[in-house]
Amino acid sequence: MQPQYVSKKIKSINFGVLPPKLIRDMAAVKVVTPELYDREGYPVDGGLMDLHLGVIDPGLRCKTDGHKLKDSLGHFGYIELARPVIHIKFARHILDLLRATDKHTGKLIIPEEKIAGYIKKLDSVAAQEGLQARRKKVKEILRRYVDKQKRAGMDIIKIEKPYTYYEGDRRLSPIEVRSRLERIPAEDLKFFAHPEGFRPEWQVLTVLQIPPVTMRPSITLESGERSEDDLTHKLGDIVRINQRLFENINAGAPEVIIEDLWDLLQYHVTTFFDNAVAQLPPARHRGGQALKTLTSRISSKEGRIRHNLAGKRTDFSARTVISPDPMIDLNEVGVPKKIAMNLTIPERVTEWNIEHLKIYVRNGRKLYPGANYIIKPDGKRKTITEETHEEILEELEPGYIVERHLIDGDIALFNRQPSLHRMSMMCHRVKVLPGRTFRLNPSVCNPYNADFDGDEMNLHVPQTEEARSEAQILMLVETQIISPGYGLSVVGCIHDAITGNYLLTKELVLTRNEAIDLLYSCGIDDVSSIAGKDKVDGKEVFSALLPNDFNYVGKDKSGNDVKIVKGKLKSGYMDKANLGQESGLMLRNIYELYGPTYTATLLGQITKLGIAVLARRGFSIGVKDMDISQDTKDAINDTIEKAYALVDKIITQFKSGDLQPLPGRSVQETMELRILETLNKVRNKTGDLAMKQVRDSSALTMARCGSRGNALNIAQMTATVGQQALRGRRIDHGFSGRTLPYFKIGDLSPTARGFIKNNFKTGLTPNEFFFGAMTGRDALMDTALRTPKSGYLYRRLSNSLQDLKVDYDGSVRDASGKVVQFLYGEDGLDVSKSKNGYIDVKKIVQDVLGVAK
Amino acid sequence: MKHEDLFKQFEGIIPPKSLQEVRDLVPASATKTQVTTILNNVKNAYSNASVHAGECVGLVSAESIGEPGTQMTLNTFHFAGVAEMNVTTGLPRIIEIFDARKTIKTPMMEIYLKAPHNSIENIKTLAARIKETLLGEFVSEFSLDIFEQRLALTINQDLIQDHNLEMKDLGKILRTKVKTCTITIEDNVLLFSPKSKTDDIKSLYAIKEKVRVVKVAGIKGVKQVLPVKRGEEYIILTSGVNLKSVLEMPEVDGTRTNSNDMYEIEAVYGIEAVRQLIIDEVYKVIEAQGLNIDVRHVMLVADIMCANGHLKGITRYGVVKEKASVLARASFETPITHLVNAALESETDNLTSVVENVMINQPVPLGTGLPGLITKMK
Repeated sequence: MQPQYVSKKIKSINFGVLPPKLIRDMAAVKVVTPELYDREGYPVDGGLMDLHLGVIDPGLRCKTDGHKLKDSLGHFGYIELARPVIHIKFARHILDLLRATDKHTGKLIIPEEKIAGYIKKLDSVAAQEGLQARRKKVKEILRRYVDKQKRAGMDIIKIEKPYTYYEGDRRLSPIEVRSRLERIPAEDLKFFAHPEGFRPEWQVLTVLQIPPVTMRPSITLESGERSEDDLTHKLGDIVRINQRLFENINAGAPEVIIEDLWDLLQYHVTTFFDNAVAQLPPARHRGGQALKTLTSRISSKEGRIRHNLAGKRTDFSARTVISPDPMIDLNEVGVPKKIAMNLTIPERVTEWNIEHLKIYVRNGRKLYPGANYIIKPDGKRKTITEETHEEILEELEPGYIVERHLIDGDIALFNRQPSLHRMSMMCHRVKVLPGRTFRLNPSVCNPYNADFDGDEMNLHVPQTEEARSEAQILMLVETQIISPGYGLSVVGCIHDAITGNYLLTKELVLTRNEAIDLLYSCGIDDVSSIAGKDKVDGKEVFSALLPNDFNYVGKDKSGNDVKIVKGKLKSGYMDKANLGQESGLMLRNIYELYGPTYTATLLGQITKLGIAVLARRGFSIGVKDMDISQDTKDAINDTIEKAYALVDKIITQFKSGDLQPLPGRSVQETMELRILETLNKVRNKTGDLAMKQVRDSSALTMARCGSRGNALNIAQMTATVGQQALRGRRIDHGFSGRTLPYFKIGDLSPTARGFIKNNFKTGLTPNEFFFGAMTGRDALMDTALRTPKSGYLYRRLSNSLQDLKVDYDGSVRDASGKVVQFLYGEDGLDVSKSKNGYIDVKKIVQDVLGVAK
Repeated sequence: MKHEDLFKQFEGIIPPKSLQEVRDLVPASATKTQVTTILNNVKNAYSNASVHAGECVGLVSAESIGEPGTQMTLNTFHFAGVAEMNVTTGLPRIIEIFDARKTIKTPMMEIYLKAPHNSIENIKTLAARIKETLLGEFVSEFSLDIFEQRLALTINQDLIQDHNLEMKDLGKILRTKVKTCTITIEDNVLLFSPKSKTDDIKSLYAIKEKVRVVKVAGIKGVKQVLPVKRGEEYIILTSGVNLKSVLEMPEVDGTRTNSNDMYEIEAVYGIEAVRQLIIDEVYKVIEAQGLNIDVRHVMLVADIMCANGHLKGITRYGVVKEKASVLARASFETPITHLVNAALESETDNLTSVVENVMINQPVPLGTGLPGLITKMK
């Protein structure tokens, strides 16, 4: 790749209306015939595909600039309209102008002496609140004077949508409209914020600009037939009608015919600009499909602006299914060899690396690691093939660029959609692996919100040094560990890694051999801390990973103290509260003290340790895990029976009218609330009973340490599933007075209203299953309806906040320099550098005074 | 405090909240050097954690709110069993706030009362006085007398006494509100006879419907009242808002009384109060959903909604409309309108924000794209 220096920078873009003269002057050709091609299929001169307008066929040359296809950007043409027509997008503004000015003199209807004052006021509004506010103000002022005229009994010009003007009952032709606009003096236009040199009559078209053919390329079908673009079709209509109108005028045809043709011309020009004008039937293809004209090309998600301008596409990217690999580092991504041989990195040949790069060239594109192309200093690109690679090896010299395959350690951006936050696209180091999937460390699943049920992810390879270094410094996984949303770690151990460390620090006592084996397997070779011991406690093994000067006091998931003194875990177990993502300060503190790289490595080691522990100890769950004793079963049944009795009592009270309503609620609501409360208590109570009684099983271990599942899951499997709530209430009886035909009409009992007494292990009765399905379906619907809503909210938020930045003085300003906050977040703290949004004063005090307390 | 002079030195350097924390945590036994080191360390921690210039805080905030937004529930559920008002929560409430909707789903007030009135004995009667009461609620019987062309309403005397009203008072209120009838009182019956005699029953019916919804007591718009205990005192929760009238009541503590209607707050308390309301309300939802989002992000959104002194929604008619850049506006919604207006007024886009620069493939003036290099040319 040749070095590209940005020599010019666009400073600003000015919008405006093209004067008819300029349209004629900049046009490459005047279009006079609706025909497109002659009998040989060659573009007709003066037609819509005229070669002066650009080329879309290979082999032809543009007659304006002499370039071939792809080199010629295309040129505008024009047609002279036989009669003027209203530009539909300006119709509303023309009405405002006509109403605001005198029909004879063209002057503003505002008294002359007041105009200057108004303009001054308006311009200050524009300066303070923007042009939008000014526009509103202009209308406000004008309305006053127009109303005055109305009261005086004058005819106010009306618009019959979309583009016909009436003064009283008389229709104003575009010619008349135009001549009125012509009369408006230049100084009066300042009132409307029109710039110097703008003439309002330009809004009534006398010439129409023809877009270049490159903007409306035709497609050649398999049959050799040509299919023209929608715009070309529309322009064809315009030119055809325009020619007919010319002929009729010249032949002196009756006024009626001319009027008709004129209207038709107006229609075609209007639909050329916008084919979705409310009062007009859209122009259609023969098949009945509406034409896609200028407006629909620009707007909407698939339009030019959002699809092509605000969204870009890139080369040097790959996409495939992802799968987990806990043995690669946190900041690595496993790239299939096949992909690595297709994605390349340009490397400049120097006298120091030439021998090294020659290896790649020698390997070529078929062997790994090889190279696919070389680029000569003159910018010419050469493919490396079996035939050429000898020759290329010969000519390779400093100044050349070799596009070599991806190798281990290269920088790549890894991304999963939906990219909801900045951690959705992080920089990883490439690790080329066999297989066909991208591999990633399961710990980074959380920021990407990825799982391995078939998810696919994208990989991008930055091609310049600047891009690579920026990616490496700002986007590398370890620099993204602390979430900017809440200031805690977004990556942490998950699943087996937590379980393993929990078991290790809780109950395992190992022999020295086992301990050393474990430590070696997670990459620790300094085992001096356990030297000379026959029995090694699990805590000591874990401590061997920690830095020697690390002190930490915290709590574990069940509320016990976790104490680390001088890198030794003294008390407490390692569980989700300290190792997991989005929780705990242990990782956060390590990050602060030892930096991102160290944290990433440590996290990797902890993960590997946990997995190694489980691999050696063994860990599995089964139905047996859910067994409970007969006593507990009885206790659970008893609790349920009691609750049923209580509910019965509430229902009897309700029926006899003895139930005291809660303040602000009806009796019925009160009953429902009380029943729901009682039944919800049942699940908690039975759940507690079950948790106490369940054998010390693997499932329970996982729930305890937080790696998977929770108390509720276990309760639902062993004790009772509990009340199914739909929209915060029990299952409603609907129109038929009962939830299912199985029940009596008006049955208020728990069973009839969605209480599931059984647990998942014993299995549900059919009606219970149905109630479960109801809530399950409701949850699915909720998700399906929520996604687009929150997506739109997000789009609006990011669109309105995207240009806010912290200025050099610490204030938050928008793009035009307006202050939004004088000090970001009122204290200038960066959330991603804070601890859950704060400075940890307590720790600082403790560090200085010693951990005495 | 022992080392007060030391703390004084660090005022304005360390944020007040952290300074207070140090004050609370440092034991009296700490020596001067210890306190100095602590304060210096806090100062360093603070400067290490402060934002860098050029940081695109806006986008970070949008991401931090938008991403958990996908996890919020759509259900406008209320917590069962608790005697509280039914409030919109979850995503719908967040959307309502960011849209700056004029009419919200569940308008609500929290009325705090001054000392003697906030006890359990007084709260009930006060609550009853605040609630908007329509004539229809007092009526035990409507009867239409077709021959006499009049309407007779039998009033439940117990009910009006609860409201400290007498028949006289009712007559007085009704005479100002219903001008088309002559109103006479017979015992506990109100008689309405239209001034213009017609044989039409329809008009009599119309009067009945009209009379029924005449407000006779309470504050307009307050549809429901609920006395609730908050901490030591009792407060009144209402559904339906009318802050202005509530604040006119002498018993009401105007310093704490609150509403969740942003436009009303803007009219009564001003724009700064709206900003605080947005932060509080959004944060309430976030907490109820069990999510963790830093307040700073919510603050920034609230600030941009209130930045020019008026409440603006995060919509194409609010915040986005006021952007300086044509292309930025066009890239959001309704691009054609923006382009046409820009053309008529010859607007210039100075390419100072993000999307425009993305469109023309230039570096974005944020973060690493912000600083430039100035060099002397030979």
